Amino acid sequence: MGCIESLKYEIILRGASFKECRDYVRAHCSEYYDVQPGFRIFEKAVIGVPPISIGLDGDTVTFPYTKPCYGTFLMQIDDHDEAERIRHIAPGKKK
Amino acid sequence: MSGVKGAAGKQAVLVLGCPQVPVQTSIAIYLAAHLRKKGVVPVIAGNRAARLNAEVSDPDRHYTGEIMDLDRFIEDLAADRRKFDYYFIFIHNDAGISYAATVQSITGATVVALIYGEHFQEMADAIEFPCEKIAAKAVHNPMPLKKKIDEVLPWVVSNL
Repeated sequence: MGCIESLKYEIILRGASFKECRDYVRAHCSEYYDVQPGFRIFEKAVIGVPPISIGLDGDTVTFPYTKPCYGTFLMQIDDHDEAERIRHIAPGKKK
Repeated sequence: MSGVKGAAGKQAVLVLGCPQVPVQTSIAIYLAAHLRKKGVVPVIAGNRAARLNAEVSDPDRHYTGEIMDLDRFIEDLAADRRKFDYYFIFIHNDAGISYAATVQSITGATVVALIYGEHFQEMADAIEFPCEKIAAKAVHNPMPLKKKIDEVLPWVVSNL
């Protein structure tokens, strides 16, 4: 996932389970969208157990990023265009 | 190559996890060899370390064959550029479950979850999506998982 790793990101949870990431997003983000695996975030297909919750706070996108050796990271990236893209195309707004 | 009726020419992908559990590479090569005997072409997908373990263990590609990057495998599935007849997902941690769920969700296929490692039962119990589970406490010794594969593989190749 070279493109995500080249962006300025913050790690919210490290080595978390997919469920911990989902619970965090639902509890802490002002709005969230449930998407299926393969949904594209920052031009990459997202990995996870559905439903995968993607959080938005203004222009901040909170999403899980899975690496085979390290489990799942919950990451935050500030990106206006990506936040707006998710608001427009993600199918299931939940909050 | 004796083959199994209906299996000839089919492709199976073996999706490897982090190679930190020693049995992964030996089981992957064993499974690839047995799939070949049944007429199924194996393709391995993994991160760099998992791919290198497979490549170094089978330098002349007698058992493996095409070996592809894990991210590219997921991207190809998501973009519908690639399909396989069988999906074997190696699982020993939470990330493995995430990859298995992703493959199942994108393809709609019944994936085969090969579950091993110290916490194999915990991992097996955490899988709630439909799949075929082959699970054994195999960490350093591959035989418990090998025996399960021997029992189940003929059914998998004939029925999935």
